[in-house]
Amino acid sequence: MSLDTIVQGILLGGLYTLFAAGLSLVFGIMRLVNLAHGDLIVLAAYLVLTLVGMLGLNPFLAALIAAPLMFALGWGLQRLVLNRVLGPDILPPLLVTFGLSIVVQNGLLMGFTADSQRISAGALETASIDLGPVTLGIMPLLTFASAIAVILVLNWIFYRTALGRAFRATSDDPVTASLMGIRPKAIFAQATGLALVIVTIAALYLGMRANFDPTIGPARLIYAFEAVIIGGLGSLWGTLAGGIIIGVAQTLGAAVNPEWQILAGHVAFLAVLLVRPRGLFPRAYD
Amino acid sequence: MRPTVTTRTRASGIAAVVAVLLIAAGLALPAVADRGLIKDLFFILTMLTLAQYWNLLAGYGGLVSVGQQAFVGLGAYGLFGAAITWGMDPVLALPLGGILALIVAVPTAFFAFRLAGAYFAIGTWVVAEVVRLSVAQWKAVGGGTGTSLPREVQTDMTGSALIEALFDVRSAAAQDILAYWLALALAVMTIGGIYLLLRSKSGLALAAVRDNAEAARAVGVNAKRMKWLVFLAAAFGTGLTGALIYLQKGRISPDAAFSVTDWTAYVIFIVVIGGIGTIEGPILGILVFFVLQTLFADYGSTYLLALGLIGIFVMLFAPRGLWGAISDRTGVQFFPIRRRLTLPAKPPGT
Repeated sequence: MSLDTIVQGILLGGLYTLFAAGLSLVFGIMRLVNLAHGDLIVLAAYLVLTLVGMLGLNPFLAALIAAPLMFALGWGLQRLVLNRVLGPDILPPLLVTFGLSIVVQNGLLMGFTADSQRISAGALETASIDLGPVTLGIMPLLTFASAIAVILVLNWIFYRTALGRAFRATSDDPVTASLMGIRPKAIFAQATGLALVIVTIAALYLGMRANFDPTIGPARLIYAFEAVIIGGLGSLWGTLAGGIIIGVAQTLGAAVNPEWQILAGHVAFLAVLLVRPRGLFPRAYD
Repeated sequence: MRPTVTTRTRASGIAAVVAVLLIAAGLALPAVADRGLIKDLFFILTMLTLAQYWNLLAGYGGLVSVGQQAFVGLGAYGLFGAAITWGMDPVLALPLGGILALIVAVPTAFFAFRLAGAYFAIGTWVVAEVVRLSVAQWKAVGGGTGTSLPREVQTDMTGSALIEALFDVRSAAAQDILAYWLALALAVMTIGGIYLLLRSKSGLALAAVRDNAEAARAVGVNAKRMKWLVFLAAAFGTGLTGALIYLQKGRISPDAAFSVTDWTAYVIFIVVIGGIGTIEGPILGILVFFVLQTLFADYGSTYLLALGLIGIFVMLFAPRGLWGAISDRTGVQFFPIRRRLTLPAKPPGT
């Protein structure tokens, strides 16, 4: 197990943290588990790809245009569909988002075929810094830095802004929050919109780092979910730790046998669940 | 006279008679039906069985699993493993498929029950992925590319020769008839078993846990035990059904046997459209699904997209499905589980 493998794993964890942050945000505020989360990441990747292809834009600029579009999509989705099924019964939201997952996946298959695609980032794709024992790719470094930035910004929104206060209040007690002039449904719509902005950032790196096709969404959902659970519900830094654990487990597994990469990540997740059923840094009690 | 508790209704009496007639007709059908119809009915019966088990989990147990493909695949691979490595008769190996699913269900439940509420759903999905990736490493049954049941194993199946002689058909057709009869028996036992369970004291406990876990605990229901019971029963039945499906297919691969679309998405669609939390729902749902599948399956992605949209619309606007709508209008229940108290008529003048 070389140092290089572990460092690459940590950087890969940054990508998984980006997958997980949106899922964690939505669950934290409205207790909604969005089974279409992975497919929405893939959808955003195709949106960025299309913008790059049609307008000849730099991928980062394309993501900047895609982000407000994805915010609008999330806002509309929450207003028109998800708000109607939120309630004490967990069954309707689960089944609706599962249906949504199938709709998004097959819609993308119809629009873009099953061919795998990649967002071209030019020289950035192969650029790296040589640090002696380890070589760090610029792209993995950027991904990791973006993950840290997303967590910092989310923490800032949560604890320093009026919107964040509304998020926390609605999360704690929607009925009391609504007595204070907060409309929970509007807050939920903004939260899902924000989650899809994070999804766009995740999609940008997903698309630039590796090939993707319409069917890979569910696997991204599972990595995101594992990172959230390992970290402990409600803790964004915990989610980063969870992402890193999955990333390192996967690169270590792949170093032993390439076929074991994905399996090793899942096994690490199950091991944490066995020892710490509430995750490493649990905060929320529900 | 003391008050009496009944669950029976007039509709349920009629339903019982119709069910007996249908089962008899189903048993005799291979004498007149062609092979295509037998295969279609096999598909309907096995999907119905899977749907009933998922409905037991989600509709009655409140356990929304998106990982039931793990048990379909395990059952199928249990059967293939026994037939290929031990040369076992696949019909006799069917229970092994169910048992293998049951064995894996114990640690699965142990992990998944640690995840509260909605996260349980993804937890089961993770386990299904782990099982799929692990089975893909099992070289004796073809690893990632899969394998077929050896020809002699298929032709020497128990009962196959008898059916060949009985209906004067070829070996392949005889195997289809055998699989169809087994599917019919499995579907009848599943529906009957679930109905009996729901009418029993355990069924009452199950409904209590689903409706209000705290209140159920307060009156002495062991909620955890009920969840385990339902999860293990569903895993065993799903595994058995998976083994039977792949006995009929004769060819297996990890991607097909552990397919989320085939064994979970379709099954959820059947239950949701028919009406979740009722025994009648999946029966109605499979009929709708079969018609859609026959007419539109060739459209591939468009078809699946439409199924997803229909599912979402049903959940939004008619969450109790087709059967819920029918039952609300007419009050008919073919499989009543509600207990009704009948008070003795008061003699006049008291």
